[in-house]
Amino acid sequence: MFENLTEKLQRVFKNLRGQGKLTEEHLDAAVGQIREALLDGDVNVGVADELLAKIRAKAQGAEVMLQLSPDQQVVKIVRDELTELLGKHARPLFSSRPPSVWLMVGLQGSGKTTTTGKLAKWLSSHGHRPLVVSTDVYRPAAREQLAQVARAIGLPCWAATGTDKPLEIVRGAIREAKLSAYDVILVDTAGRLHIDKELMTELGELKRELQPSEILFIADAMIGQDAVRSAGEFHRRLGLTGVVLTKLDGDARGGAALSIGKVTGAPVKFVGIGEKYDALEAFYPDRIVSRVLGMGDVMTLIEKAEQSVDAKKAAEFERKLRRNEFTLEDFRDQLRQLRKMGPLEQIIGMLPKLGPLANLPKDAQVDEGRLKRVEAIINSMTAAEREDHSLIDGKRRKRIASGSGTSVQEVNQVLKQYMQMRKMIKQFGPAAAKGKLRGLGKLSGLS
Amino acid sequence: MITLFGKPEPTLLERLKESVGKTRSQLAARVEDLLAGDRQIDPALLAQLETALLAADLGVRTTREILQAVRDKVERRVLADGAQLKTELKNQLLGILSGNGTALPAAANPTRGAESAGTAAPRVIFVVGVNGTGKTTTIGKLAHRLREEGRSVLLCAADTFRAAANEQLDVWARRAGVELIKQKPGADPAAVVYDALSAAAARSIDAVIVDTAGRLHTKSNLMAELEKMKRTAAKLVPGAPHDVLLVMDATTGQNGLSQAREFTSAVGVTDIVLTKLDGTAKGGIVVAIVRELGLPIRFVGIGEKIQDLVPFDPQTFVNSLFD
Ligand SMILES: Nc1nc2c(ncn2[C@@H]2O[C@H](COP(=O)(O)OP(=O)(O)OP(=O)(O)O)[C@@H](O)[C@H]2O)c(=O)[nH]1
Ligand SMILES: Nc1nc2c(ncn2[C@@H]2O[C@H](COP(=O)(O)OP(=O)(O)OP(=O)(O)O)[C@@H](O)[C@H]2O)c(=O)[nH]1
Ligand SMILES: [Mg+2]
Ligand SMILES: [Mg+2]
Repeated sequence: MFENLTEKLQRVFKNLRGQGKLTEEHLDAAVGQIREALLDGDVNVGVADELLAKIRAKAQGAEVMLQLSPDQQVVKIVRDELTELLGKHARPLFSSRPPSVWLMVGLQGSGKTTTTGKLAKWLSSHGHRPLVVSTDVYRPAAREQLAQVARAIGLPCWAATGTDKPLEIVRGAIREAKLSAYDVILVDTAGRLHIDKELMTELGELKRELQPSEILFIADAMIGQDAVRSAGEFHRRLGLTGVVLTKLDGDARGGAALSIGKVTGAPVKFVGIGEKYDALEAFYPDRIVSRVLGMGDVMTLIEKAEQSVDAKKAAEFERKLRRNEFTLEDFRDQLRQLRKMGPLEQIIGMLPKLGPLANLPKDAQVDEGRLKRVEAIINSMTAAEREDHSLIDGKRRKRIASGSGTSVQEVNQVLKQYMQMRKMIKQFGPAAAKGKLRGLGKLSGLS
Repeated sequence: MITLFGKPEPTLLERLKESVGKTRSQLAARVEDLLAGDRQIDPALLAQLETALLAADLGVRTTREILQAVRDKVERRVLADGAQLKTELKNQLLGILSGNGTALPAAANPTRGAESAGTAAPRVIFVVGVNGTGKTTTIGKLAHRLREEGRSVLLCAADTFRAAANEQLDVWARRAGVELIKQKPGADPAAVVYDALSAAAARSIDAVIVDTAGRLHTKSNLMAELEKMKRTAAKLVPGAPHDVLLVMDATTGQNGLSQAREFTSAVGVTDIVLTKLDGTAKGGIVVAIVRELGLPIRFVGIGEKIQDLVPFDPQTFVNSLFD
């Protein structure tokens, strides 16, 4: 587990207390830590070093803000700088005369075909009439894949029969779009290396023919240092209008977003967060910045929490936090709230790995199925047991296990987790009560 | 005005500009040139080397440790010039990569001498990894290799999730001239494994290669699914799967380490296949992986054609890090 930037900087500035003044050495050490965080997060080393120069200069001239500690202030400078690099939240582009064409390009396996399906679905739910078409005449079953994707989302796919030439295929699709009044054509292309002259030329030809309003570079969030080369070359050849960052549902930091932003200047327009066709989200620069720096996607998390956490329950929970009377009943409530918030991996990915949550990940990687089992176990307890866990002895554990169709081992596990939570809440309670970590306090039911 | 950091030195900004400029040219310059002949070893050279290793995705920790070892030797004046430094660096890397020593001589042969020869039980090879790394393509290539070696091969289409996964593997099976066992999309992957292994036993097949759906290592339910497939295989063929190949994309950054860790702890990865080395990415994350997990790298993918799979050669790999 990477240490997050705040923790790193806290360490740098720790020996500061009492001394009161930050020196050049402090700055050097801080810059070193920031560099490490960026590189751990897969930001290209050249891009990172340029960023660091700017961050350094800003920190140098920064006025002390009384309400922030030095590490917070430096983190803020870093965040602002990275966020600026990623640009503003950008809207997708359409041409004034339909059909608009969106051309999907990128390296092999980055997620073009899947994203084509997701975007079609997204467009359709935003009042458009999309048509998808594959020009991947190379990879085995590539066109069949897009056809099946289209079928799965119930949208039309232009099946060019009788030709294997990308240009002819898209001409057919345009005719069809005009004829049947489709207003956006999503053109999937074969994955290719940026150094493949022939195939890069092919993309140039497709661009000339199609005059796309969007040329989207589909990039895998797990990509490392080489992102600057591939994205840079695609951009040089085609002039990218946007980026889609896929597979962000894992634990990749996604620093490539910064590298790509730097070399292309193209904004990230969407992110892919799963294999299903609705796993597509708008992109918000500040969120990915927190993620790259290992500070979790706190914003998204808090928003999600606010959307789905029952306000009354939350208030009740806060009261309990303060009074330190967190029972198994509350534990179950928290689990239920959590499940309402959506797929667990997504939520865990958004949590900052700091403070009491730093030690969570291993236990936190429970799947929905396990959550349900935990709930079943608590359901099999008597009200008295839920109120006072110390009642639950060995015999009762056996009963609970058979009642819930689980094992004593699992019951023990749940009780252990509950105890850990209680302990965590003891440390967490005061902060939550002060309202400082409000959003997180509500969520601390995670385990 | 009270500034955050001491008093700003007037020269600092200049120094910064200079270092940014250097970074730029650093990226352009080839390390090979940096290390040419009698170039003196100075801090600037070491910094440039650091950048090169980082740019190859070796990661902060691995890069630091490799450079520390080199620095020590420089300080003790064991290394005199750029040429010697280069040799030393390469040796460091080779040392790490051949830490898996015993596995290397057999690299060309994934069945490791095929203990199962003569018996009815097939060698079972699982191919796993995150989404889109090249599993299915690698299986096509591997089937071809094994066929060339005169072995009978059966493919098992246990990716029942991704659109047209069956059809894709089917094309590869035909290209390699091997049989394919599949079920309907959405079927239980473990059931396909069951079918394939039963069929293989009946036909005294030498090797069964199991294609699995791409999955992110963070998804515990999907990792559990893999574990189940593995249990099914073990029930039918003792000791199966004999090989669990983790397919890793050479463009992968630091996340590769987490992938290798999680797949290893869930299904006991035995080897790594590094794909897409025909691009410009160096695949340096495998150095960190070998260092930490000791997993051997068995094959590299160097294209999309059936013959584009070759045994991993540490020497070539290390040289390419410095191109
Ligand atoms: N977890 C996850 N998987 C994704 C996401 N987007 C795509 N995938 C998966 O990534 C793999 C590759 O996706 P494709 O859409 O086939 O990629 P492609 O770029 O079209 O691949 P080629 O055409 O072979 O170059 C598939 O297994 C997809 O299900 C995402 O956002 N999250
Ligand atoms: N250039 C290059 N492309 C490769 C190589 N290996 C695979 N590919 C391409 O990478 C893309 C993904 O390959 P697949 O074999 O479908 O990957 P996968 O891991 O099976 O994907 P999922 O099943 O969706 O997870 C395809 O476009 C392949 O042609 C390689 O060594 N070099
Ligand atoms: Mg595709
Ligand atoms: Mg596959």
